[in-house]
Amino acid sequence: MWNYEKRLQYPVNIKTPNAKIAQYIMSQYGGPDGEIGASMRYLSQRFSMPNRMAAAVLNDVGTEELAHLEMVSTIVHQLTRDLSMEEIEKSGFGPYYIDHTVGIWPQAAGGIPFNACEFQSKGDPITDLFENLAAEQKARATYDNILRVVRDIPEIADPIRFLRAREVVHFQRFGEALRSVQEQLDAKNFYAFNPSFDCPCEASCKKE
Amino acid sequence: MMYRSQTDSREKLLQEINEVSFAVDDILLYLDTHPCCEKALAYYREHAERRKKLMKEYAECYGPLTIDDAIETDGNTWKWIEQPFPWEKEGGCR
Repeated sequence: MWNYEKRLQYPVNIKTPNAKIAQYIMSQYGGPDGEIGASMRYLSQRFSMPNRMAAAVLNDVGTEELAHLEMVSTIVHQLTRDLSMEEIEKSGFGPYYIDHTVGIWPQAAGGIPFNACEFQSKGDPITDLFENLAAEQKARATYDNILRVVRDIPEIADPIRFLRAREVVHFQRFGEALRSVQEQLDAKNFYAFNPSFDCPCEASCKKE
Repeated sequence: MMYRSQTDSREKLLQEINEVSFAVDDILLYLDTHPCCEKALAYYREHAERRKKLMKEYAECYGPLTIDDAIETDGNTWKWIEQPFPWEKEGGCR
C-alpha cells in the first residue's frame, strides 16, 4: 500500500522547453536503466528476499524509485510543454510527437518501448542483489551522460544531480543488504544454490 | 491557526517540507541496514517529528499534501482536489 504526497521528492521547475533534451532524459523514465525499471525490479524482487533487512531495502528503495520516476516524467513534461511546431520538427522530436503528442510515455531515448525485460526477478537473492548493484551503477552512468549534455542549464542539471546522488546511496544500501544475506549462508558455498528456493536445506545453510 | 497567504511563504514552507522529508527518506534507508544505530534513530525522530509538524502546518494554511492531512482543513469543500499537482506551471493548469 502506498500513500501519495502532492509534492516531488526534489523540486523541478523548468521554464524553457527543449525537445531534444526531453528526448534524451525520457530514457531515465522508460529506458533500459530508467526509474520505472528500477522501481518494478525492486518491488518485484522483494518477495524472495530471505531476511527482513534485505526485503526492507528493496521495499524502501523501490518506493523511492516511484518518486524518481515522477521527477523524471515531470522534467520531460516541463521540457515539452509550450513547444512550437517549428521546434518539434527541427529538434528530432517529430517521431515521438506523432505517436504521443507531448504526453508522457515510457520509452528509451532511441525510441525502444519500455518492457519488463529491462530487469530480472530471478527468485534468488544473491543473483537479484548483484543485479541491483549493477543497475544502480548503470543508472548513475546514464545520469552522468545526461549531465555532460545539460551541465550549463542549471534548471535541468540540478534535479538530475540529485537523482544521480541517490543512485550512489542505493548502491551502498544494496551492498549492505547483500552482505546481510551472505552472512546467513555458508561462506564456503554462497553461490552454489538458491538460498530462497533450496532452503531450508541440509547441505549448505549455516545452522543458527 | 497560522495564516500565510503569500506565494513565497507557501513555497518556503514547501521547501522546508521537502528538505526535512528528504532527511527522513535518507535516514530510513540507512536505518534499514543499521537498525541499532542510536545516532541514526535520534536523527530519524528529530526529523520525522518536524516533518509531521510542518505537514500539518501546511495543510492548515494552504491545504493538504497528503490524505491524512485533509482532516486539518476547514470548510465544506474537498481541499485535496484544490491542491496543485507538483508538475504544474505556477498559476496555470499545465
